[in-house]
Amino acid sequence: MEKERQVLVIFPHPDDEAFGVSGTISTHVRNGTPVTYACLTLGEMGRNLGNPPFATRESLPLIRKKELQKAADVMGIQDLRMMGYRDKTLEFENDEKLSNMVTELIEELNPSLIITFYPDYSVHPDHEATARAVVRAVRRLPKASRPKLHCLAFSKNCEEALGQPDILVDITPVKDQKIGAMKAHISQTAWMLKDLEKGIQQNDPEALKWVTVERFWSYQWENDTVE
Amino acid sequence: MEPIKIADVQGVITQLARQDVYIHLETTNGAYASHFNEGFFSAGAYIRNAKVNYEHGKIIGDGPYRVGLKIEIGWIYAEGLTHYECDEQGRLLLAGHGADGKLAVALEISPTPFN
Repeated sequence: MEKERQVLVIFPHPDDEAFGVSGTISTHVRNGTPVTYACLTLGEMGRNLGNPPFATRESLPLIRKKELQKAADVMGIQDLRMMGYRDKTLEFENDEKLSNMVTELIEELNPSLIITFYPDYSVHPDHEATARAVVRAVRRLPKASRPKLHCLAFSKNCEEALGQPDILVDITPVKDQKIGAMKAHISQTAWMLKDLEKGIQQNDPEALKWVTVERFWSYQWENDTVE
Repeated sequence: MEPIKIADVQGVITQLARQDVYIHLETTNGAYASHFNEGFFSAGAYIRNAKVNYEHGKIIGDGPYRVGLKIEIGWIYAEGLTHYECDEQGRLLLAGHGADGKLAVALEISPTPFN
């Protein structure tokens, strides 16, 4: 992995970083690269409240905020920013203002790498709105001074449309941090972790994928369709 | 939260009637419903901090429960409610959780605006 000057990670929900990126983040931290994580909402509208419920609609954000802080600690993130937007509303925000928020982060931090979702291939409307805002903000910069833009995609058609991911990060050395980050978001991940940990113990290839490699697509500027 | 006790909830609904209150109303299948199940028609609606003054309200059913609030020139309504909590801020939080532990509906009434 190339050593970066500064990494900026932008996702809308606490736990978006855990599944697909926490190993990569932990690796950058181990390389001595400063990592800023801007998390736009507190996942206020999460549906997983249990039955019997362990939280209410009103107490969930407080729980998820603590989980996010814990995950950041596990990954070694020094600069965690909670941007104060509301879950499931990002696509309805003023697009220009949302992009300006990203531009301000870029101007302040001068990242050499930005990690976010891939627009059109990331399923949740908040993921898409975040991805579009980042693309618009990076696009404003002259080509020569744009940071690298690595994107997560997981829609059913993403490989058909984008090809195979061109960035593969070996995360085996930071496997514990990755599991720790996923565990930190326990209110959201409990149901999945039970199966995952069993799978890892039994060397199930599907489960091992989560702790061995993380995959990203470099944003394809030549096919940029973000408005 | 605990399973709805109809008399308790009715008491609080009545107590909060005829004054300005703030409503959170939400129904959802989740943003991933159509991703995990392609044939699924996903729908939901959400309003937060609607300021209303209802003349009366009722909770009805054998569980899950329905709640309706009669406002001056209209109605507020939710069905599928299973759990409730009256919190320290005087708010009535009602929610409906499926057997999978996921929230499907929420109706909350507060004398002060929600965060």
